[in-house]
Order: sequence, then C-alpha cells, then structure tokens
Amino acid sequence: MLLALFSIKCKFTCFNGTLYHKPHNTAHLFYIHLPTDIISTVEFNHSGELLATGDKGGRVVIFQQETENKCQPLSRSEYNVYSTFQSHEPEFDYLKSLEIEEKINKIRWLPQKNAAQFLLSTNDKTIKLWKISERDKRPEGYNLKEEDGRYRDSTTITTLRVPVFRPMDLMVEASPRRIFANAHTYHINSISVNSDNETYLSADDLRINLWHLEITDRSFNIVDIKPANMEDLTEVITAAEFHPHQCNTFVYSSSKGTIRLCDMRASALCDRHSKLFEEPEDPSNRSFFSEIISSISDVKFSHSGRYMMTRDYLSVKIWDLNMENRPVETYQVHEYLRSKLCSLYENDCIFDKFECCWNGNDSVVMTGSYNNFFRMLDRSQRRDVTLEASRESSKPRQVLKPRRVCAGGKRKKDEISVDSLDFNKKILHTAWHPQENIIAVATTNNLYIFQEKVN
Amino acid sequence: MSACILVFVSTVLGCHYVVRLLPLWLAGHRDRSRPAMFSKGTKRKFSDGEDEMPDDGLAGAKVASSAYSLQRQSLLDMSLIKLQLCHMLVEPNLCRSVLIANTVRQIQEEMTHDGSWQVVSDSLGVEGSPSERLVATEVLCRSPSPSSTLSEQELERDTEPRLYSLVSYDDSSCREEEVVAEVIEDDNEALCSEAASNVCLSGTMSHCWEPGELRVQQNNDDICEDSRLGSGDEDVDVEEEDEDEEEEQEMSQKESKTMGQVFGTFEIKNGSSGSESALEELFSDVDASYYDLDTMLTGMQSTPKIGPYDLLDNLGPSHGPTSIGSTANCRSDLNELDHIMEIIVGS
Repeated sequence: MLLALFSIKCKFTCFNGTLYHKPHNTAHLFYIHLPTDIISTVEFNHSGELLATGDKGGRVVIFQQETENKCQPLSRSEYNVYSTFQSHEPEFDYLKSLEIEEKINKIRWLPQKNAAQFLLSTNDKTIKLWKISERDKRPEGYNLKEEDGRYRDSTTITTLRVPVFRPMDLMVEASPRRIFANAHTYHINSISVNSDNETYLSADDLRINLWHLEITDRSFNIVDIKPANMEDLTEVITAAEFHPHQCNTFVYSSSKGTIRLCDMRASALCDRHSKLFEEPEDPSNRSFFSEIISSISDVKFSHSGRYMMTRDYLSVKIWDLNMENRPVETYQVHEYLRSKLCSLYENDCIFDKFECCWNGNDSVVMTGSYNNFFRMLDRSQRRDVTLEASRESSKPRQVLKPRRVCAGGKRKKDEISVDSLDFNKKILHTAWHPQENIIAVATTNNLYIFQEKVN
Repeated sequence: MSACILVFVSTVLGCHYVVRLLPLWLAGHRDRSRPAMFSKGTKRKFSDGEDEMPDDGLAGAKVASSAYSLQRQSLLDMSLIKLQLCHMLVEPNLCRSVLIANTVRQIQEEMTHDGSWQVVSDSLGVEGSPSERLVATEVLCRSPSPSSTLSEQELERDTEPRLYSLVSYDDSSCREEEVVAEVIEDDNEALCSEAASNVCLSGTMSHCWEPGELRVQQNNDDICEDSRLGSGDEDVDVEEEDEDEEEEQEMSQKESKTMGQVFGTFEIKNGSSGSESALEELFSDVDASYYDLDTMLTGMQSTPKIGPYDLLDNLGPSHGPTSIGSTANCRSDLNELDHIMEIIVGS
C-alpha cells in the first residue's frame, strides 16, 4: 500500500522538434506554463521505462526513466525528457465549417518489437502511428563532403577512405509511420491496441472501428449505435478497450452507465453485446442528475483480465467479468460532492471525464478528483487515501501527506471544506507504472511523478 | 458573494414567460442584498394563483413542493440554455449535449405528469419588465471571476461571452446558427423564432451579446431571415396559453426540434448548402475584426487556432476584454450587415 510517496524531480524542458538528450548530470530544467500545454493524456509504455504525455496543443512529450542504481530494486528513479514532437496540427473541416482540435485525446503504446518504440496518438478525428527511434552513431569520414556537410573541392581530394560510424550525442527522432484518417464522423474518445499486436480499435461517440496497423485506407465498423433519427439519440459511447489477453473481446461503456462486452467471433457487427454490465439504480439516491453522474468516463481492464474498472462521476466500480448484474466492489471517490451536484451542473464540472488506472498487480486503483487531489484505493486492504499534487506539497524527497475533505459540520484542523475546493484544478489523467510503484499524475498543465518511498 | 440569479425573457412560439434560475439548493448562498428583485419576479411567476411568496424572497419559502418545482424549473431553464450555448469554432461535445437533453426530457416528463406544465403568459412587452432585463443585463455582463469555487458565481462560466450562439442545423437545409440575442431597434419585444430553445433577449441586453452575435450574423445571415420569416406567421404578440396539453405537445415538438438541431450539427451537410456556404464565404471576408472578437470570446488565450482565418494572428487586441469603442463599432456594423443581408436574401 502506498502511504509514503515522494516527488521525483520532474521538471522538463520542451523544445519543438527533436530533443537533444543532455546527460542527466547537466540538466537544468524549468516548468513551462503555456495554455496549450494543458495535459490531456498520460500513458506509461509496457515496460514503464517511457512515459508519454499528450497536450492540448497537439504535442507529445516522452519521458524516460533513469534509475540511480539499476541493480538495486526500488532505488530512486528520475524521469527526464526523452523526446518531444508535434503529433497533430489543428485542422479545419470545410464541410461543417468547424475546427478540428489538435488536442491529443489518447496515447497508446505498442509492445516493443525491436529497437524502436511505437505509439498511437489520436485527436478528435485522426489517429497516427509514431515511430520513436534513437540514433547514437553517425558516419564520419566522407570523401566528398566535409564534416559540416559542405562539399569538398574535388581538386583537393587525393586519397580514398571508408567512412566509419562514430558515437555521437544521443538523438531521438519521432516520425509518423501511419496516418489513419477519415473514419470517424464524431469525436474519437478511445483507442486500444489488441493483444494480437496487429489490430486496434478506435471509438467515437457513436461508432467503433477496427483497424489493422498496416492498413490506413480501410477500417471495419464493429459497433454502431447511431439511431436512424438523430433526434432519438439518448446514449453515446464514452470509452472502449480490448481485453488484455483475449484478442476477440472488447468492452465499451456508455453515457447511461452500462458496459457492453462484445465478442468479435459472434458476428461482424457487434451491435449485440455478449454481456451487459449494469447496476440497478438506487432509488433512494435518485435525482435529475442520476443519469449524468452514472455516465461512465473511463473503463479499464485489470492486468489479469479477470476484472474491469469503471469510473463514473462519483465512484469507481470493479466488475468481475463473470457477473453482470452488479460490481464486486464500489469505492466512493468524492461522495461529498453529491449534495453539490446542481452547482456542478451549472459550472459544467459534472461533465468532467475522470480516468482511472490499476497498479501492476491489480491490488490498488487510482483516480483523480478536484483541488488537485487524487485518490488511491487499496482493494486488498480496503483502505483509501487522498493525496494532493501541488508544488507546495511536493518538495522533492518529501513524503506526501494524506488530505481530508470535510463534508459538513465542524471542520477539523488540516481538513479542507467542500466549499473551498478549487474546481478548476482537476486531475483527470493518471497513470501507474506497470511494474513499480511509480505514478504519474497530470494536473492542468503540470506533470507530477511520485515514487514509493523506500526506507 | 452573491447567489446566481438570472432572469431571461424567453420567447417560445409567441408566448412570453419569465424564466428564473434560482439555485436554492446552494446552501447558505442566499442573496439578501436584492430582496426587491426576488419578490418582483416571484409575484410575476406566481401570478396564476399559486402560493404567494413571502416578501423576503424565495429563499424563505417554506412550502417544499413549490420550492421543488422552482428548482425543477430552474434546472430546466439552465439545461435549455446549456443546450444552446456552445462553442463557435469547435463542434460541441456530443456526450454532454445528450446528457443535458436527457435531463430536459426527464424534467419535462415529470412536469407533465404533475400537471404543472404551465406557461405564464405575460404582457412583458407592455408591462414594466425593464428592471428584470436590466438585472439580467448586469448579471450577464459581469466579467467572469478568476477563480471558480462553488462559493463563486457558478453561472459566470455560462455568462462568458464566448457562449452566446446557438449552433444548430437541419439535415435538410444548410447549417443554421440562430442568433441568441437579436438587435431590436424600436420596440422591446424579442423576436420569435421557430426553435423552441431559442432564447431571445431584448435590445437593452444586446450590447452584451453583440460580440457573439457578430460572428453569428456573419455566417448566418439568411437563416436569421428564415427564422424571422418562419415565425412571421405566428402571433408575435403575447398569447395566453393555458392548456397543458397544447404546451406539452409544443414542448415536445420544440424539444425534438432542439434535439434534432443540436445533434443535427454533427451530420455532414448535404448539397443544398452550396449556395449558403458560398454566401458565407463571401461575407467571411467582410470584416476580419469580427473574427478577432470571436477569437477573444471563445476564450482562446494563446495563439489563435490556425485556420482559414489567419488574419486572426495579425489582428489587434485579440486577448483583451471588449472595449467600449469596439462594441459601439460592432453595433453599427452589425446593423449595417443585418440590413445588407436582408436585402440580399430578399432578392
């Protein structure tokens, strides 16, 4: 259980284009606060060595883990900038006279097959496959060119030599390998790589498409919930994910609080679900906002593939894939907001889409909240903690202090009252290292990385 | 710290009714500083003979059921406004629109079951409601506060100038944008429109809405005309509508139109839009300062989005607050443009 976390130095330098890697002992880095740097997605790769963030400006920044002592487990790690590139540019849809935002909605890493790394990044309409490769050698000793690239005067060439590769400063290059475009009428909210490493799905508000990683001009539509008459529309798809081991199985969640599990072997079009996960509504809690707060903002399979977790506005639910009628566990994230739903509806906060994540062994789940708080919920020990990601509370090496919110009545010392919460400071995106107890938490435009304290 | 109070004069198919948004559920956020406004509006609202409200304002209301229906009404109004206000440049979030629309349906169903679906007809055009409008003007024109805790004006987020246009359209026609506030020159009556959820504000408030209007007028010329013409058949004057059923029907019609309009935005235009988009294009070059304001008002704080209107980058104070000078400027330009459009569409 992570009760003791401290902050890793996580400041970073951002350049546009290729980042030249500095040896870490010379790093002098600073925070950047551009509005377009609102972080919109955070994702560790499969080994946890790389951490990718996407922002509202269409840029992807990748951090690389550097461990103090690789041999010693749980030694202090650092994440430094590895690569930065502009993934998506703003576009204009001439047909609808509307802009297409360049904001990166999701990043998903492909499992590593060779020296290069691949990731999929998507904005509202277009998915791109990026290859990130390193170059640490360069050829030297050309016959016709000088070292700086200028051509030599041919009369001065008197000898012939063979160019050799010599080490150079590490250079990380990102290049787009595939562009999967024009398949979505509505806004893409999820992408998920299949366990077969050949296909992936992309989901928008009303449809889910299946792609092959090599083929960009075709995709198969596997789910379509668009009604014949748009006026009859009452439900949209909010998230979708492939099963981590079964390449024929995927789930998608809806704005009505249901999760549908589909088997692609059953039919080409998976409009008919194989399983429908839905918890009956609690009649005592019914209000006009019941449907809105039941809308699922994120769905994630556990690493084992046995469970899945869903996040709705006020709670996190763990479902056993074998039981459809109710979740096996329910955790309240910020129940003190239940009495404030109308205000949250007024200021649109009720529509915030919080994400959630599992830790490596599926024993702890994490999700974000307001006021830069995030919650860690230990399933095995039935304990939970609220922590804050802010510069004041995150001095390097300082252990994070648990926070408490006072719902009403007398406020104790160190508690913060509900009315003082800052609803502009929301943590929507969090990620957990697949093997170690290292977490990445994104506030509006800062990224915090915390590691478990080793005694 | 004051409570969120917003008063609109909504015009729906020729009927005027006062719509109040009173978030009574905000614990401890009662506005004691303006009891007069409370009671004034209250009396009008309940002129049909419902419970008389005490003079110290609704906050002191003891009757749970009337408080509940007020809350419900407020929620309905808030939802309708949310459905209308959406970003100009980017497609609105479909999930959010669907959820709000479902909430509206839910409220409407409950209200019809209760039999409390009433429209308070009003001769607002004649009676003295300018104070109501002025209040709303004040609220709407209030600049958004820097922080946004629950204790602050929640609705200020909704009053940010960027949100004042309705993006809607029909599959069968071209993309429509209905002006939320239309400039009324002579009288104070808001114009009717076909769209159920069109909220028309009176001329006294128009100066707050203008920046949003400008862009809308730009793109929306002939459709504005259509909406005016379309409703020309309706009785613009105030009507008494007492029938629940009629209202029900109308409301559901309106709502289905609203839904269709809101969700219709997400459909691709068909061919009939050719001439209108040409018209749009024609007028897109008219005055780039409109886009300047639009950039400012859509809340973009850094580099404006790269798009066909690259002029944005080079224009003046695109990030500052609206100056009075530009407002006045835009107002006359708006009238002029309006006039031009009428001529063109008329021919």
